[in-house]
Amino acid sequence: MQKEEKQQVATNPSKKKHQMSSEEIEETSPLKETLQQLRKNRMAITGFIIIIFFLILGIFAPILTPYGFEDQDPVNRLMTPSAEHWLGTDDLGRDIFTRIAYGARISLYVGFFAVIGALIFGTLLGICAGYFGRWIDMLISRIFDILLAFPSILLAIAVVAILGSSLENALIAIAIINIPIFGRLVRSKVISLREEEYVLAAKAQGMKNGRIILYHILPNSLAPIIVQATLGFGTAILEAAALGFLGLGAQPPTPEWGKMLADSRDFLQLAPWTLIFPGVSIMLVVLGFNLIGDGLRDALDPRMKN
Amino acid sequence: MTNPILEVSHLKKYFDIKGGIFGKSVGEVKAVDDLSFSVNEGEILGIVGESGCGKSTAGKSILRLIEPTDGSVKFEGTDLTDLTSEEMRQLRKNMQIIFQDPYASLNPRHKVERIISEPLLIHGMKSSKERKERVKELLEIVGLEAYHASRYPHQFSGGQRQRIGIARALANNPKLIICDEPVSALDVSVQSQILNLMEELREKFKLTYVFIAHDLSVVKHISDRVGVMYLGRMVELTDKHTLFNDPKHPYTRALMSAVPIADPDIERERIILEGDVPSPSNPPTGCAFHTRCPYAMDICKEVRPEFENVDDKHLVACHLYN
Repeated sequence: MQKEEKQQVATNPSKKKHQMSSEEIEETSPLKETLQQLRKNRMAITGFIIIIFFLILGIFAPILTPYGFEDQDPVNRLMTPSAEHWLGTDDLGRDIFTRIAYGARISLYVGFFAVIGALIFGTLLGICAGYFGRWIDMLISRIFDILLAFPSILLAIAVVAILGSSLENALIAIAIINIPIFGRLVRSKVISLREEEYVLAAKAQGMKNGRIILYHILPNSLAPIIVQATLGFGTAILEAAALGFLGLGAQPPTPEWGKMLADSRDFLQLAPWTLIFPGVSIMLVVLGFNLIGDGLRDALDPRMKN
Repeated sequence: MTNPILEVSHLKKYFDIKGGIFGKSVGEVKAVDDLSFSVNEGEILGIVGESGCGKSTAGKSILRLIEPTDGSVKFEGTDLTDLTSEEMRQLRKNMQIIFQDPYASLNPRHKVERIISEPLLIHGMKSSKERKERVKELLEIVGLEAYHASRYPHQFSGGQRQRIGIARALANNPKLIICDEPVSALDVSVQSQILNLMEELREKFKLTYVFIAHDLSVVKHISDRVGVMYLGRMVELTDKHTLFNDPKHPYTRALMSAVPIADPDIERERIILEGDVPSPSNPPTGCAFHTRCPYAMDICKEVRPEFENVDDKHLVACHLYN
C-alpha cells in the first residue's frame, strides 16, 4: 500500500524525476513559476499588451507625435480625426492623440502610486488588526469605519483642501481614501488565516509573530490584495479624474484624461471624439489591469497548477 | 521510565461567549474544565472522548497554542504557564504537535523542503546545506523520498501529507509529541501505516506521545494508558488493558459497549445512553454525566466527584467508587 501511494505521485507529470538522482532537491524560484504560469494565460497576456501599449505611449510620447500637449491651434478647433490629427483636436485646437499619450503618463502615475500607497498602509494596518485582535483591532477598525463613513470623493476634497490642489495632493488624497478598502480586506483574510492549522503549526514550532506574518499569512492573503489593487487602479484613475474635474487635481493645461473628459462635455454632440478617445483610454487601461490581476490570481495560487 | 515528562494539573480553558453591542462576555464555554493527568517518559497516553468533549482544546492548551484559563502544565518540571512567550518559543522545539487534517496543516504555498526546514532554521540551524541534509534524512525517516522535497503539499495524498507533518514535528528531535487525531482524516489502510510509523518512531527516538483520538480501536492499538474525557473533564484513566477489560466509570462502559465487534453472532449487552451531551456552556451541577448516567444517585447531582485512585493506578471520577 505504501508503494502504491508513492507510485501515484511518481506517475504525476514529473519528467525530471527519472533523470534526477534521489539525492538532489529540485530548485525553482516561485517568481519564475508564476511568470511561466502567467505566460499560458491568454487573457493576462492581452492585459499586459494593453498596459505595455499605454506605457510605450506615455514614455515615447515626445517621439510619437510632432505636437506638444499644450500647443493650441485656434484655426483647427474641434477637427474630426484625420491623417494630420489622428484622433482629432479639441476646442482649443490641441491634438487629442498627443494629449492622450501624455495623459497616459499621468494616469498611470497617479493610479500606480495611489494604489501602492493605499496598499502598503492598508495592508500594514489590516494585518495588525487581524493578527493581534483585541483593542488594536478595535482601534484600527473604528478608524476604517470613520474613513468609510465619509463619501470618498468628499473626503478626497477635504484632504486636497487641506493640502492644496495639485496632482500630487490628489494622489495622496486618493491613497488615503483607499486605505480602509485594503485594510478591511486584509484584516478579514488575516482573521481567517490566523485560525488555519498551518499557522497554528508555525506557532507550535516556535516561530516569532513577524515570521508567521511575513511567510505564512501574507503570502496566503496576496490573491485578494492583488485583485483589489487592480480594481483600485481603475477607481484611482477615475477619482483623479473627478478631482481634476472639480479643479482640485491636475491643473490645466496638464493633459489628464478625466480632465479632458470633463472639459469636452460641452461638445458631446458637436465633437464626440473629444470624449470618446479619452474615455476609451481609461476603459482600456482599467480593463488591462483587471485582466492582469485575474491572471496573477490564478498564477499565484499553487492549487491552480497541475 | 516512570518519570513524568508532562504533568497537567487542574487545567481549565473557558471560552468567553461575546454578546450585546459592546461585545461583553455573557457566558463561558467550559471546553476544558479541571483536567489533571500526567504522562511518563516514553509512554503513549491515549485520550478519547466524543466530539466536542475538549480533547483538542486540551491538547492545544497544553502547548499554549491556546492560552489556558487556569491550571498548570509542567514539562520536565518547568511550569509552561509561567514562561514568557519568548521562553516558551525556545522550549517549543522539545514539544511538537501533529494535526488532524493533513490538508490544512501544511502551508499550501511552501514546498515540502521549506515546510520541514523552517523549524530547523528558527531553532538555529543556519547553514542551508545542513538543513537540506536534515530534510532529506527526515523524509527518509518518515518513508518518503528526497525528491519529494521539491513538491508542493497539494501534490501529495493524505497519508503522504501526514508523513510530511510528522517529519516537520520530528525536525528538532522533540521529546513530546501531541497527536491531535492524527489518523482520523485518513483511510483505514493508510491509518495503520501511519500508526505503525509512529510506533517505530517512538522506539527509534524515545518519544512520548499524547495521542488524542475518538476511535477506540486506534487508541487501543497504540496507547499504553488511556484517559477518557467527558464534557471537558477526565472521567477515567488507567492502562489500556484494565480500561478495555474492566471499565469502571458508567460513561466508559457505555463507550466500550459501542465498539463494534466483527462477529455478528456474539451476544452482548449494549448500554445505550439517553439524550445528548449537555452544553459545555451550561454544564450540569455535580457530576457532568449524571443527566445520562443509568446509576445516577442524589449525590451525583450535588457534588462533583473527585478524580481518585480506586485500584492500583486506576483513576476514576465517580461516586459509585468513592
